[in-house]
Amino acid sequence: MDLAVAHETIARWQFGITTVYHYLFVPLTISLASIVAGLETAWVRTGKDKYFHATKFWGKLFLINIAMGVVTGIVQEFQFGMNWSDYSRFVGDVFGAPLAMEALIAFFFESTFIGLWIFGWDKLPKKLHAACMWMVAIGTALSAYFILAANSWMQHPVGYEVNPATGKAQLNDIARVLFQDTAVVVVLHTLTAAFLTGAAFVIGISSFHLWRAKRKPETADPKRTAVMRTSLRLGLVLAVIFGLGSALSGDELAKVMFRQQPMKMAAAEALWETQDPAPFSIFAVGNVNEGHNSVELEIPGILSFLANSNFSSPVPGINDTAAAEAAKYGGDPKDYIPNIFVTYWGFRLMIGFGMTSFVVGLLGLWTTRKRRFLAPEHRTADDEVPKLMLTPHRELGPFLTRWSWRIGIVTLGFPLIANSFGWIFTEMGRQPWAVFGLMKTADAVSPNVSVTTQVIALSTFTLLYAILAVVEVKLLVKYAKAGPDTAERPPAKDPTLGGPSSDEDADKPLAFAY
Amino acid sequence: MELHDVWFILIAVLWIGYFFLEGFDFGIGILTKLLARGTTERRVLINTIGPVWDGNEVWLLTAGGATFAAFPDWYATLFSGFYIPLLVILVCLIVRGVAFEYRHKRDGERWQRNWEHAIFWTSLIPAFLWGVAFANIVAGVDIDQQKNYTGTLWDLLNPYALLGGLVTLFLFTFHGAVFAALKTVGDIRGRARATALQLGLATAVLALVFLIWTQADSGDGWSLAALVVAVLALVGALVANQLAREGWAFGLSGLTIVAAVAMLFLALFPDVMPSTLNPEWSLTVSNASSSLYTLKLMTIVAAIFTPIVLLYQAWTYWVFRKRIGVQHIPGHDPAAALDQS
Ligand code: HDD
Ligand code: HEM
Ligand code: HEM
Repeated sequence: MDLAVAHETIARWQFGITTVYHYLFVPLTISLASIVAGLETAWVRTGKDKYFHATKFWGKLFLINIAMGVVTGIVQEFQFGMNWSDYSRFVGDVFGAPLAMEALIAFFFESTFIGLWIFGWDKLPKKLHAACMWMVAIGTALSAYFILAANSWMQHPVGYEVNPATGKAQLNDIARVLFQDTAVVVVLHTLTAAFLTGAAFVIGISSFHLWRAKRKPETADPKRTAVMRTSLRLGLVLAVIFGLGSALSGDELAKVMFRQQPMKMAAAEALWETQDPAPFSIFAVGNVNEGHNSVELEIPGILSFLANSNFSSPVPGINDTAAAEAAKYGGDPKDYIPNIFVTYWGFRLMIGFGMTSFVVGLLGLWTTRKRRFLAPEHRTADDEVPKLMLTPHRELGPFLTRWSWRIGIVTLGFPLIANSFGWIFTEMGRQPWAVFGLMKTADAVSPNVSVTTQVIALSTFTLLYAILAVVEVKLLVKYAKAGPDTAERPPAKDPTLGGPSSDEDADKPLAFAY
Repeated sequence: MELHDVWFILIAVLWIGYFFLEGFDFGIGILTKLLARGTTERRVLINTIGPVWDGNEVWLLTAGGATFAAFPDWYATLFSGFYIPLLVILVCLIVRGVAFEYRHKRDGERWQRNWEHAIFWTSLIPAFLWGVAFANIVAGVDIDQQKNYTGTLWDLLNPYALLGGLVTLFLFTFHGAVFAALKTVGDIRGRARATALQLGLATAVLALVFLIWTQADSGDGWSLAALVVAVLALVGALVANQLAREGWAFGLSGLTIVAAVAMLFLALFPDVMPSTLNPEWSLTVSNASSSLYTLKLMTIVAAIFTPIVLLYQAWTYWVFRKRIGVQHIPGHDPAAALDQS
């Protein structure tokens, strides 16, 4: 491999690895923040113990997760300058703005209120304490919004002009950058996908506890069962709502992309030649060199529908699009074809893994439905493990029951996988462009950073991230398995804001300490 | 004054805020080994910054983001040029954040000891490296016509820069000791003051040499004024510390940081990264800045949100204003005790 190519390749690998890794924590952080805030609000309003214990339990898992989200985010903030300095010089005027806004508006918000929430159990009145978690939740969503607006600008640059004197992109309309349809739809899609991710996580861990309580009733704790039963229902409802939401927003996003980056969508379908009407391919193996598919299985008309909402319109293929881009920007058509294997399978794995959790949600809601839809002898109390009911009178057999619970547990991480593939598809499908139509990835890297330095950085991050992944997963598993501590009591009296320094409390241990 | 000058000041303010706040965080991290006797005292120290360290770190992220938006070339040249030191700082900040959050999550002695080592080293190394980085920015480095850093890693480790590193290291640790005296009760509080005295004296010697060196190299009238304020504040902090006026001591050690960092930025202005190869190639506030539109936009955003941020961060400090001592440290998290079973 020649040096210039190595230079770009290593930088891309580093960006890909660190960003995908950051994004393993982000969707869970976004969704668990709201879930915990919702549970705490339920506790404040009803005073029921199960909500308190659920808040504490999911809160702990949330904190283990957000810690990693935060520290991996720090790398993101600086690596544009480190590895992509020519990119930073070219786009800083436009791209820097949402990034700086994110730090000033969202990061301060999250990080300050998360500190108040963690350490404030005995220092803040209940309602204010719950409000702090809502603030964190709002902060995470804002954070997503700004960074996605920045990313959308790379996918579809708007609201800028290129200054002829400096040759650099210059912002001239921030509203267009923040509110263009690409940004809005991407935010919708990403946030719904994030909530689907949280839902599957909650379903998985609740299923684990309920299934264990069912198998070993002697060791089961009814209070824990009550917490997990409530959590399971919550997870199932969220999975259905946001599963549907991510499909609808994904469909909308696909339409946007067919307009803005036809190449990405043609690659997503491995649609080599323009077709009228175009089929949806379920299985194929693209061959870049020969420009046609060797094996293929497809449903007629569906791709036309995905692109244009009707079953009989033409959809441009890879070869025609590449030729058009080459004519417009110069060079060989081949240079404009992204990695078809990755984009094609990334797209399918995103939909497949994510939608599995949606189906789990639907089936779960049906089989664990409310008491009044069941025959009296099958009803279970709030602190019992629900029976999985097929009809009001028929329970699933032992084999199906066992597998149903297991599927709930196993699919815990499916939407997380879907998210990674979705991003890999999005970013690799944009290649060879860093900023679509404006700057190629090859021109974006730092010219003065040596390959040795890059290799050191890439190996350092990869090694560090691998170690941290092991530590984090072990901790998550341990705390998830331990379940809620149902002996824990909420702070005895609702503190007033003047309270913590009063003499009476002088030697009282902290409600939470590192 | 033009808008890019305003942004130079704003970026200076962000870095000053960062060093003021994370300065004592780093100091506390270092003092867990120098000052604390035993695990419980170590936990007392860590918990004095528990609720706030993450918010403090965001000052760095904002400084980074704001530099990207207001001076893209500064951002690009600085971070691609100082690649390896920055990489080390990033690794430290990652491990440090995880260490605070995960240390107490298991009961095993080895587990906790490892994270405590991590907290010490990952506080000490960035505290040193930030000084190295800033000394190099002020002194200037090899920057070519394309605004790229062409020197090597070793060029960054020159005597002036290493001295700068020692200054920030000692100054932050001193600031941390004063903070510890302000935020703790019991035995540790008195020892914190004694440690602060020793650290303060060492800081005074190092800082005086470094600041005068800076003044001689690239100073002007304004930077001289800042130098004087920094020295007076440091002396004042030492006196207040001796008189056990801990609030005053903390305010003044903070002012030392404010004035010293301000002095560096004053010495820098109107350059943002001087080139030692050819003054023509230096990055300045005007040739490295963004367009007027972006600067205006960011000024509006900063004018609205900075006061709000200051307000709720100040509120956090007020909520957690109580001093902490060994009696306040609870037993372990029940889930952490699970390891034994
Ligand atoms: C749980 C996760 C999940 C699920 C179930 C789906 N997606 Fe998705 N998708 C993502 C998670 C995701 C993502 C990781 O969040 C991406 C990456 C970039 C983005 O905006 O969202 C994404 C990107 C993405 C893109 C590329 C956008 C771009 O290039 O900017 C398209 C066209 C779709 N999705 C379409 C769909 C469709 C038609 C779905 C139908 C069911 C679907 N997605 C389900
Ligand atoms: C969080 C979800 C994201 C993931 C998982 C992700 C993933 C990736 C991957 C895998 C690459 C490498 C592409 C390749 O090798 O061809 C990449 C490139 C890149 N992405 Fe993203 N990305 C994400 C979000 C973003 C966002 C929000 C931005 C901008 C703010 C961004 C900016 C970039 C840049 C600058 C590159 C390098 C240039 C390039 O290869 O095109 N990414 N990303
Ligand atoms: C490549 C571009 C990205 C950059 C530069 C970036 C930057 C950061 C930084 C600096 C943090 C730590 C904040 C802190 O200390 O509090 C962080 C955390 C986080 N980021 Fe990212 N991020 C990127 C991609 C994304 C994407 C695509 C999303 C969402 C869709 C996202 C959402 C979040 C969230 C929710 C957190 C955790 C909560 C927190 O900030 O404290 N990030 N990110």
